[in-house]
Amino acid sequence: MQRLRAWFLAPGYLVTVGLFAVPMLIVCAYSLLSRGPYGGVTTPWTLENYLRVFDPLYLTILWRSVWISAVSTAFCLLLGFPLALFVARAGKRRTLFLNLVMLPFWTSFLIRTYAWMFLLRDTGLINTVLQALHLTGAPLPLLFNNGAVILGLVYGYLPFMVLPLYATLEKLDPALLDAAQDLGASPWVTLWTVIVPLSKTGMMAGCLLVFIPCLGAYLTPDLLGGGKTVMIGNLVQNQFTTARDWPFGSAVSLLLLILVLGLLRLVARKEENLL
Amino acid sequence: MKRFLPLYAVAAYAFLYLPLLVLSMFSFNSSRFSVWEGFTLKWYGEVFGNENLLEATINSLTIGLVCTAIATAVGTLAGYAIWKRKSSFITNSLYLSLLTPEIVTGVSLLAFFQFVFRFLSVPLGMHTVILAHVSFCLAYVVIVILARLRTFDKALEEASMDLGANEWQTFWYVTVPAMLPGIAAAALLCFTVSFDDYVITSLVAGVDSETLPMVIYSMARKGVSPAVNALSAMITVALGVFVLLAGRMERK
Repeated sequence: MQRLRAWFLAPGYLVTVGLFAVPMLIVCAYSLLSRGPYGGVTTPWTLENYLRVFDPLYLTILWRSVWISAVSTAFCLLLGFPLALFVARAGKRRTLFLNLVMLPFWTSFLIRTYAWMFLLRDTGLINTVLQALHLTGAPLPLLFNNGAVILGLVYGYLPFMVLPLYATLEKLDPALLDAAQDLGASPWVTLWTVIVPLSKTGMMAGCLLVFIPCLGAYLTPDLLGGGKTVMIGNLVQNQFTTARDWPFGSAVSLLLLILVLGLLRLVARKEENLL
Repeated sequence: MKRFLPLYAVAAYAFLYLPLLVLSMFSFNSSRFSVWEGFTLKWYGEVFGNENLLEATINSLTIGLVCTAIATAVGTLAGYAIWKRKSSFITNSLYLSLLTPEIVTGVSLLAFFQFVFRFLSVPLGMHTVILAHVSFCLAYVVIVILARLRTFDKALEEASMDLGANEWQTFWYVTVPAMLPGIAAAALLCFTVSFDDYVITSLVAGVDSETLPMVIYSMARKGVSPAVNALSAMITVALGVFVLLAGRMERK
């Protein structure tokens, strides 16, 4: 069986090494080189690119990415928890309700983002309705700000929160809830003192699954932030296209990746059986 | 709580689905603006009459099909091999590739293609997009295949070998038929993920390989046209049907 296995694994190795590991190593190498006169990379080797990240301009972008991701994650948790609880208690139709949460996730992310552009812009549906009802004279600036980006991120990644929450809530022993009720706890007290503490693992997993893609988000800040809300992803894209500073772009990419992996390590160590 | 949860769920599902429904609804609106002025199919006509869009659709389908064929084949074999005996290198690389932000995957592939193809003096194009898509689709395929194999009884393979079949015959006549629904589900998901990608594609695409998401992106940036709504509605419905099919395959 061993020979067959080796043959079967070979193409997989080819793809993961050739199209994942080697490109990442190239980025590592580029991050230590200097920018060439025509936008390429050139020697000498330097740590300059990593030091540039500490420029206040870039620290602002980093900080913005972190807080926008944190706020989006918090909203996802707040909105996702009751939804997961509902799905977990839906009895026979659990799978159906869970699939209904996941279905939009599998349709185009770009289109789901565009849907919010369509709703939020000056001539969009929300502003049109508000003006028709004379609730506002001029269109409200709903699009192209931090709020729109957060909304887009919450909308995009809510399923990532619901899935692990559902997995923990579904496994919750109903006897514990009965016990709490028998001992005189009201539904709200049961929720706070029994259900929430017992679903901590699911919450951690969900927060991680939402925070990580938010931190690396590119499309949402680009379309819904309209170039005003620059996050790390946009900085990377900009360095590789318009600014043509590949070494600096590579350094920022690696820092983003290190941030993601470090966070994962940190949380995974705390929560033994996460993911 | 008993009353609150269902009410909340209705609101939450509305939040998830209304934006897409409203978007689709206004693709039938005869006005350019968000005021309903009457039913029309003219935006759909515009979509079908647009040669640029037709070309992008053909590109997207070609990339999706070729990438699906390669990634499904490679991923099925790799998944089977990993199921036989763990390969921590491949498993870890695949998890890492899932965790890597798309934009980072995109620029690393761009840097790689520029580096390699500079020596070969081949420009970016369909081939680079296909390779990039294979790279990020592989993890999805392996995950679906492994999930499928978890329900497969190893004893069946042993029985087949005891009855005189060789490794290859056992794989082909016993294991592959059992994996088939998993393979089909993996292929459908792979196609969906490939068809949908904008971030990585836009970085590694050349002049001849504009895809449908790239066209939608530039149309969305330019501003108002219900033609984008029409196009989006059609893609959303098509992808939705695709995913439902994939789910059904997986459960078989």
